[in-house]
Amino acid sequence: MIEVRDLTKRFGATVAVDRLNFTLDQGEILGFLGPNGAGKTTTMRILTGFFPPTSGQAFINGRDVVEEPMPARRAVGYLPESVPLYVDMRVEEYLRFVGEAKGLAPAEAKREAGRCMAAVGVDQRARQLIKQLSKGYRQRVGLAQALMGDPPVLILDEPTIGLDPGQIVEIRSLIRGFAGSKTVVLSSHILPEVAATCSKVVIINQGRLVAEGPPELLRTGRGGGNSLKVRASGPAEGLTGLLEEVPGVESVACSLEEAPGGGCWFTVETGVDDQVASRVAKAVVEAGHALSELSPVTASLEDVFMQLTTSETSGGEEAA
Amino acid sequence: MRAFLAIYKRELTAYFHSPVAYVVLVCFLAISGYFFYAGVSFYSLASLQVMQNPMMMELNLQTHLIAQMVSSAAVILLFGTPLLTMRLLAEEKKSGTIELLLSYPLGDASVVMGKFFAAWTVSAILVAATWLQLALLAPMTEMPWRTIMVSYGGLLLLCGAMVSFSLWTSSLTESQLVAAFLGFLALLLLWAVGWAAPLVQPSLGELLKGLSLGSHFQNFPKGLVDTTDLAYFVLFMGLFLFLSIRTLEAKRWKA
Repeated sequence: MIEVRDLTKRFGATVAVDRLNFTLDQGEILGFLGPNGAGKTTTMRILTGFFPPTSGQAFINGRDVVEEPMPARRAVGYLPESVPLYVDMRVEEYLRFVGEAKGLAPAEAKREAGRCMAAVGVDQRARQLIKQLSKGYRQRVGLAQALMGDPPVLILDEPTIGLDPGQIVEIRSLIRGFAGSKTVVLSSHILPEVAATCSKVVIINQGRLVAEGPPELLRTGRGGGNSLKVRASGPAEGLTGLLEEVPGVESVACSLEEAPGGGCWFTVETGVDDQVASRVAKAVVEAGHALSELSPVTASLEDVFMQLTTSETSGGEEAA
Repeated sequence: MRAFLAIYKRELTAYFHSPVAYVVLVCFLAISGYFFYAGVSFYSLASLQVMQNPMMMELNLQTHLIAQMVSSAAVILLFGTPLLTMRLLAEEKKSGTIELLLSYPLGDASVVMGKFFAAWTVSAILVAATWLQLALLAPMTEMPWRTIMVSYGGLLLLCGAMVSFSLWTSSLTESQLVAAFLGFLALLLLWAVGWAAPLVQPSLGELLKGLSLGSHFQNFPKGLVDTTDLAYFVLFMGLFLFLSIRTLEAKRWKA
């Protein structure tokens, strides 16, 4: 559905995207991750035909975005990061314009506008001027605009940026609803968002592919395994030994610093087993120690990056 | 074609949803109304004098009133069209809407042409509004309708040329102010460059006249249609529409 081959984009001396490769099948939702300035937006702009790559190729539905721009663009709905809408237009009027600009007949555009407004929940605001809408509603109108003409591919650049938590949840569940029917590329630098929404993850840094794989990749940065943070009071050595014997625990590290309020911190590396946490809790409590904290450690994107980028450069042992 | 129509419709609606079209229309009518009033006052004074002394001058409604009205309308439009067109591409670039627009399956040409025809339509509405003045004049005298039609045809061509030019200046920058100012200055220069013709070498003078909007316009208010003038205006529009499309394309490649 989407294929990117050796894609490179240079702006003068800066290399924004550097020999990027990935593919995406029909119905998959791709989380496109990277810190600010990693080249996510540049890649998306190439995919939507806003500018051509310096070298390499990008295909949408098997159509080269440079050689056959019209069929490729017809297959794509795009939502840029800044959500640039014509703020002096009314919602429905705007969507009908988009439909006609995408080549629909006026009657068809009207029908599509109704369908897309209902799909994103802005049908109550059809007659309102876009400039009077809140950020969340503008985002929805932007999404509706991308859905006009029912394109099989959606390219969404940071679709939840600047929204309040409630709106973020709504937009995410909307996007999850596309799974199976539409191919979605979703860029983000928010880790849990991608873990919650996507079926595949591509991480880039400084324009280069750092990792590609299932969303579990993000939990630890190594494609599986979790870690727990445990605070318990008792002798550090005895507790370490106790924790190591819990089935599913791979390693235990004890922090020598005393935790505020007594007890010690332990970092427990576990497999992908979800039941480990409860077994750890049970073991600590049954041995007569006080368990004051037990929480899963989710690696921050920065940590994942640190791990992935350093392991890449140090011979790729861990990335394998 | 559908994309072109969609853009044409959107731009035209945008003119009348924002104050731009109304402000330009009101200013245009106020100034051209003043010129009309002054012209008619002068004309009636002159005709009184000619009645007493028929040998003084030959007074003609077309040359001494209507041609002047049309020429003054042309000069006001010189100021007005850059204001109408400054928004067209500069605003899209500044607000980023161009990124979305260019992701749709439409050609750069439909974007430029849609905007051009929308702005040309608005300028045609301005020109048509001056027929109110003709309507006031019509009951009082016999109107030289054929010459009037030719004059207004010339005015429309001039508008098209000025719109295409200032659309191009709008494609060059993100700032509407720069677009309007650039358009206005260059149009003023193009309008007046022919005036310098008698002062320089004859060959250079011919070139200057050949380039000048004003020199090619001046035959129309006399009721004369010269194919050279027609060709000039058509080529002028074609050139600057082509340049606008190219500038838009270049922005894609550079951006």
